[in-house]
Amino acid sequence: MVSAREAAASVVDPEIRVITIDELGILRAVEEDSTTGRVTVTITPTYTGCPAMDVIRTDIRRALAVAGHLDAEVRTVYSPPWSTDWISESGRAKLVAAGIAPPAPVPTAGVVPLTLAVRCPQCGSPETEQVSRFGSTACKALWRCRSCSEPFDHLKAL
Amino acid sequence: MNGPFDFALALGDDALVTAQRLAEWTTRAPEMEEDIALANIALDQLGAARLLLSYAGELEGAGRDEDALAYLRDDREFRNALLVELPNGDFAVTMAKLFFLAAYQLPLYTALAGCADERLAAIGAKARKESAYHLDHGALWVKRLGDGTEESHRRMQAAVDAVWPYTHELFAADPAAPVDPATLRPAFDETVGSVLAEATLTRPESGWAPAGGRAGVHTEHLAYLLAEMQVLHRAHPGAKW
Repeated sequence: MVSAREAAASVVDPEIRVITIDELGILRAVEEDSTTGRVTVTITPTYTGCPAMDVIRTDIRRALAVAGHLDAEVRTVYSPPWSTDWISESGRAKLVAAGIAPPAPVPTAGVVPLTLAVRCPQCGSPETEQVSRFGSTACKALWRCRSCSEPFDHLKAL
Repeated sequence: MNGPFDFALALGDDALVTAQRLAEWTTRAPEMEEDIALANIALDQLGAARLLLSYAGELEGAGRDEDALAYLRDDREFRNALLVELPNGDFAVTMAKLFFLAAYQLPLYTALAGCADERLAAIGAKARKESAYHLDHGALWVKRLGDGTEESHRRMQAAVDAVWPYTHELFAADPAAPVDPATLRPAFDETVGSVLAEATLTRPESGWAPAGGRAGVHTEHLAYLLAEMQVLHRAHPGAKW
């Protein structure tokens, strides 16, 4: 039987379908009661208004059911708040492969903000510019590469 | 405002009414990127509103959930500040409203993140990050329009002048609240001072300070906004989809 942890971790993000919720860092905990077999999954949203949360909850329950874990509860927590620093290395690599520039490390308080170059996920050029601070989903901004002229999504550091 | 219920309700109503107003720009913004930006900010505000109103409903303990609070109250029961219910006006007015609101919400949520109420602290810590982005966006446009052409400067200054009186209500002292709004004024003044200066705009003199929103006494604009926002829910009570 696939473990509850493996089943929940395999769920992909409905808006960025190349990355799992585990790699995105929104899967916070998977606990299984050893006597009752009841599974409790804890997730946190990327943005407060993220419209994908209902789909994610449904997908987690479905993945658990397929793996044989029928008694499951999905809890949503808001603290500590999600940070793009929680995206795993494999998640970042998958974002790049899908043409989405991953976020830079989140600047810590007290440090002078420095605008880091966002590399084009298509050609790797650092010669890029922001077209819009907001993009197709709450977590993305729209950028363009000045070298290859391709527009691309950039996951905003949060 | 006094207890945690009134406080959560007031903050939730600010966010909800802001979301509804900003959503009015969808398909009507001056450029596509801005259309997406305003819809995104509206979504963030709606997210904060849902958390705050859900919590308010729990604190009240009368069985009202976020939907009951959002859709089944009349204007006199809403506790949002008048600033957020004002009509969108032209793009400069919308940006003045957004900028002033974000300059208040950022220190508010930051203070909330450190307050004793665990739920409010979690909401504050989450919303603070999004609020910083809204403030950046509003400030960018205030500077771009203020320090732009003669016409954009004129209209941005007119917008700031028109909206400014409504900012005072946000900081009415309430020592019993989880965060006393009066304590947020210095941070707001600092942000507003530096951004308006860079935008070559003049900070208006403070005088007339309309208020009443926190007590449920609103401008005539709110009832129209609520009518549009609530009509579907009220026409089909309990409908699910």
